[in-house]
Amino acid sequence: MADTAQDQSLVQVKGLKKYFPITQGIIFQRKVADVKAVDGLDFEIRKGETLGLVGESGCGKSTTGRAILQLYRPSAGDVFFKGKDLVKLQGEELRKMRRHMQMIFQDPYASLNPRMTVGDIIGEPLEVHNIAKGKEKKERVQELLQIVGLNPYFVNRYPHEFSGGQRQRIGVARALAVNPDFIVCDEPISALDVSIQAQIINLLEELQEKFHLTYLFIAHDLSVVRHISDRVAVMYLGKIVELTDRNALYKSPLHPYTKALMSAVPIPDPVIEEKRERIILVGDVPSPVRPPSGCHFHTRCPIVMDVCKKDDPAFRDVGGDHWVACHAV
Amino acid sequence: MGTLLQVKDLRTEFHTQDGVVHAVNGVTFHVDEGETLGLVGESGCGKSVSVLSVMRLIPQPPGKIPAGEVMFQGRDLLKVDDEEIRSVRGNKIAMVFQDPMTSLNPVLTINTQISESLELHLGMTKEQARKRAIELLKMVGIPEAEGRIDDYPHQFSGGMRQRVMIAMALSCSPQLLIADEPTTALDVTIQAQIIDIVKRLKRELGMAIIWITHDLGIIAGLADRINVMYAGFVIESASNKEIFANPLHPYTLGLLGSIPRLDAALKSKLTPIEGLPPDLIEMPKGCPFYDRCRHRTEKCANENPPLDLGAVRHWVACWNWQDVQKARSKQ
Repeated sequence: MADTAQDQSLVQVKGLKKYFPITQGIIFQRKVADVKAVDGLDFEIRKGETLGLVGESGCGKSTTGRAILQLYRPSAGDVFFKGKDLVKLQGEELRKMRRHMQMIFQDPYASLNPRMTVGDIIGEPLEVHNIAKGKEKKERVQELLQIVGLNPYFVNRYPHEFSGGQRQRIGVARALAVNPDFIVCDEPISALDVSIQAQIINLLEELQEKFHLTYLFIAHDLSVVRHISDRVAVMYLGKIVELTDRNALYKSPLHPYTKALMSAVPIPDPVIEEKRERIILVGDVPSPVRPPSGCHFHTRCPIVMDVCKKDDPAFRDVGGDHWVACHAV
Repeated sequence: MGTLLQVKDLRTEFHTQDGVVHAVNGVTFHVDEGETLGLVGESGCGKSVSVLSVMRLIPQPPGKIPAGEVMFQGRDLLKVDDEEIRSVRGNKIAMVFQDPMTSLNPVLTINTQISESLELHLGMTKEQARKRAIELLKMVGIPEAEGRIDDYPHQFSGGMRQRVMIAMALSCSPQLLIADEPTTALDVTIQAQIIDIVKRLKRELGMAIIWITHDLGIIAGLADRINVMYAGFVIESASNKEIFANPLHPYTLGLLGSIPRLDAALKSKLTPIEGLPPDLIEMPKGCPFYDRCRHRTEKCANENPPLDLGAVRHWVACWNWQDVQKARSKQ
């Protein structure tokens, strides 16, 4: 990744927070607490790269993706995309920006309207953004189907006539319809069978090369993220604990959570599995309503110190573009 | 070691409005005492249905078991009466299901649910059962078990619920534990905890395990032997090490090639298995993997290969496994 053009940042996230209120009462609702789903993130996504975002369920990775696209309006912080602060944009201006950023969803069974034909599903964004109409639209839809490896004659079929992998291809075609620069892929393969997963990963990689796309790739599977990403961010309970180049992260992880996460991933080789030493974390992820004081990870950390219970460690560059939030590093 | 469970030519089908779904198509396998057998395959390959058939948990209708034999301790479980199968189920053969959120009864306390089988199968009194239930919860690593025994399932996290399920399954010291994707709904760090517990308990209690999964990584660290399933058939069967070192079926080889590995050198491209599994209502005449196979020949289109000996203690259902082996060694 020495190419200078690729070092330009496309998306800059500054102090991003997203709290969901918990309310009580029926008529007079009062706020009793917050679910701190995303609790202060600073990072950038560079042009043409794939940034992997990994973490366990409930750590806030999907909320991060949605908050960047303004599908959830952030509680605090800024998101700069192509130099504009999306958080400050409203109405028509924001809608125009949406053309440049799209999303691929996790569940191909729930993210396609069962009462629309494939042609309508893929054609809708073309109409919404006044890109193509009528015959032109139809041609573009067929072209898109071909690009994602589906038969162009499928335009008049309904989603239920397709398998999971094929449906995910339709979702990809819909995201591509408006020629976006940036796509948030929210667990695009975790609902698919093993033999189909590789088909979609390869497709996403081909499309990135062909259309110079930038991806935020959200997933819980560390092996897949390692395969597809240029840089990887690890999230735990609403915060990024480590972010660096893919090779550096997998070769020498610094944060104790990253280390534990990696040692927990099974490797399909009985000879290696026999010899492997696992770091087994005790307990469960604490509730994001009342995250632990200081470092959020201190309740499960194998190398916890006194300072970790009081002070939240700063997210800082420890050299070589390797960002970590840990007192012990 | 003796054979604990012997399944012979088991067939299970479901009669639906669209036609007959051939979920399991003549499966033969065995489990020895104290060993861990891995059943690996993708969704719809018949791995869950085969063990549910063994336990006679297939709803009939729409399900039907037209043929097969399940020998367990000298009896054919498919032929015994309902009372006898109930004395085996949960007692000598126990099961842990995939989803810990839905497999516990939400309106009963943990104590009631664990004690039930202790009172039923072992004839314990309420007091004895409660004491034993607390012991079991401690065994699966639930902290402050005495304080938590009267809690309801919603007060436990996913990982904790799966521990409760394991405690329940082990309550009557079964000889065979069937674990149907027990960690699929859990996060990796919690998955590691559960696998660790099962491994320890297996060492301590010496029961046999059938572990069903689609994750080759999990099974590599757990199983003694592995059966790979596809479209209702066992297509390859060998020891754990042999399957990974010397896969003979093109489907097994394809599965291994299509997943990225955390430890391997980075590849620029994954090699997916093209196409889709066959429709179980209209099963192909020949090999079920024919459409997706790189090594197919004319024979494969017309004749379904039986599970035959390929290498030493290694069975494979493929006419061209020798070609597969040659092609692999060239790579």
